[in-house]
Amino acid sequence: MTREAALLEQPVAAATAPRRRNYARHYAWFVVPAAAVIVAVIIFPWLFTVYVSAFDWRLGGERRFLGLGNYEALFTDARFGWAVLRTLFYTVLAVAAPMVFGIAAALAFHRKFPLRGLARTVFILPMMATPVAVALVWTMMFHPQLGVLNWLLMQLGLPPSMWVYAADTVIPTLVLVEVWHWTPLVMLLILGGLASLPVDPYEAAKIDGASAWQAFRHITLPLLAPFIVVALIIRTIDALKAFDTIYVITQGGPGQASETINIFLYLQAFAFYNVGYASAVVVVFFAIIMALAALLLWTRSRVRFT
Amino acid sequence: MRGITRRRALQAGGSLLAAPAIVHHANAQSGFDWKRFRGERIEVSVQLSPRGTLLQQNNREFEELTGIRCGIEVVPEQQHRQKIIVEYASGRPSFDATEISLHVNKRQVGKARWNTDVKALIADASLTAPDFDFADFGAGMVQYATQSDGRMDSLPAFADYFILYYNKELLAARNVAVPTTWEEMFEAAKRLADPSKQVYGHVGRGVKNANVVLWSSYLLGTNQRDMIDANRQLITDTPEAIWAGETYKRFLRDVSPPGSIGFNWNECQTTFMQGRAAMWVDGIGFAAPLEDRTRSRVAGKVGYALVPRGPGASHHCALFGAGYAIPEASRKKGPAWLWIQWALSKQNQLKFLASGAGVPARSSPFANEAAIGASHFPREFFHTLSESAKIARAGLPEIVPVTQFRDVIGTALTNTISGADVAAELKRATAEFRPVLEQSERES
Repeated sequence: MTREAALLEQPVAAATAPRRRNYARHYAWFVVPAAAVIVAVIIFPWLFTVYVSAFDWRLGGERRFLGLGNYEALFTDARFGWAVLRTLFYTVLAVAAPMVFGIAAALAFHRKFPLRGLARTVFILPMMATPVAVALVWTMMFHPQLGVLNWLLMQLGLPPSMWVYAADTVIPTLVLVEVWHWTPLVMLLILGGLASLPVDPYEAAKIDGASAWQAFRHITLPLLAPFIVVALIIRTIDALKAFDTIYVITQGGPGQASETINIFLYLQAFAFYNVGYASAVVVVFFAIIMALAALLLWTRSRVRFT
Repeated sequence: MRGITRRRALQAGGSLLAAPAIVHHANAQSGFDWKRFRGERIEVSVQLSPRGTLLQQNNREFEELTGIRCGIEVVPEQQHRQKIIVEYASGRPSFDATEISLHVNKRQVGKARWNTDVKALIADASLTAPDFDFADFGAGMVQYATQSDGRMDSLPAFADYFILYYNKELLAARNVAVPTTWEEMFEAAKRLADPSKQVYGHVGRGVKNANVVLWSSYLLGTNQRDMIDANRQLITDTPEAIWAGETYKRFLRDVSPPGSIGFNWNECQTTFMQGRAAMWVDGIGFAAPLEDRTRSRVAGKVGYALVPRGPGASHHCALFGAGYAIPEASRKKGPAWLWIQWALSKQNQLKFLASGAGVPARSSPFANEAAIGASHFPREFFHTLSESAKIARAGLPEIVPVTQFRDVIGTALTNTISGADVAAELKRATAEFRPVLEQSERES
């Protein structure tokens, strides 16, 4: 902005300033209902959770003040440690795979071909399904003897798999469900980004003799970066808080092989009724999510659409 | 045979017409009246099961009998247990009567004194129907529903015994006799397996938590039988417990379908219903779906037998059960008590037995030969059931943190299916759970 332009804008700003102050003074009360709701459903439960986490409290039993005792126990609880590692492993796979397939699908669906609209619609159908219903259907398909997946493998001359019925294949199999379910979401987000890209850089690149890969690598990918980061944030938060699919299909098993933080938390709170300890898990899990979200938001702030 | 005379027909007709008046007169004398709470409304919460569904379907019958409006919710078993505990803990449960899994929640609700002692209600002639007949409830089930302090904070409703289901066709094809010991059963399972057709000799629960009841079935066959001793100390790493663990491991690893590590009862049921497993030890409640010709390929071919014996001197099968209770916080205890009386009446309990919906806590349904003869279940089923009642023993320890016990011991058992050493796993699990139990016992 030039100095002249700034001077020209000054009277306008001066004229509107009193109106803004009136607006704030007269309408501030309108914020109160929303603020009250936020306090009631977010801030109070959160503070209460922190408070409860300071007690040894099992439903139906007495409450005993422990201070930071639950946190001490948590950080020496090997089962919780494994649950954190499994959550991170699951999250990495359940974010990376849908991102790769989602970007590939978006690039494919961005091109013009016959029945493209129908194909896009079919592709996003899994996203519309209820997670619990999806999980139940997949559970039947994973059955080692009666499931359709092993039948298909055998038709192809391949050995049957144990899918979710073995400790070493359970997490990749759960990720498979996640990929099927949520790749369409990534595709939609990236497709939106692709539709908004300018065509000039591509024309210039074509004139300069750039190959399709070079155009993708040096034009499409950098321009898409903000959209990819948004998809990455949404997928990461979704994968971290994944519960319904895992609970319905494996309940954290076999053994504890797919017990993520959420499953561990659920067991502590609603199976063992150990609400004090479970509240400490919530607080720690919240801190982990906040740290990851902050990291991703910082990454997003570094990536700008240019 | 003489035909019915006109005089006799008139007498019978007269008696029939007079019956309501006689009942009304008897009720008037006792002060009992089914319509006493007419116009009130109660909420009932039961578990999703054939009996829960039947109660829901027949709800109108209760409403017409009493004039009470009854909202009945049916919630899947596991979620139901969690829901009622959370609601009890809130101090204001939404229900006036509910179902309690005695093998899971009995001690927890008893310790917190969340429920009304139904003995006082039974003793109140103005609230209890003259034909209620408390003596009809089996002594074993009454004891099962009674807390250690003598309070009976739920009325026993149903029992669930572990029995042996077998595929008659598969056993006959290989000329295999019905096993009577666990050792015989293992040998029979080996002979019955035909992996080329994906047919296995045995199927059983492998998934943690659910699998503990199969292990406890083996343990009940030892001289130790129990999981805690008289001093309420954990005894899950003794030689007997390890023997039960080894038996569990052998059955699940050597003669069960691959992937059994993740099988709960529903996978076992599907496998057995499809004719892919020759033998299955599980709760008696699965007879109904197994005999359902629209869903089961083995309907009409299922054999029923007592669980095999172990090396111990006595023979036991695992017992689980449910009771119906009234929260202390309910303001409608009277109407709720009427609902429980109706739900567990002789007629309803007979209906449940004949349809395979549940094993009643009352004794009279077993004596009703006509109803049993008319049932689509074979005599063998009812015989197994009544014989199981004689040898039944609690299949889980009566402790507050029973779900955590099942989780910890169940994980150890699941690990053995993957090849882990049984003794090491049970010792580790016992050490892990011991402080939890000790703390719980201190607080009790």
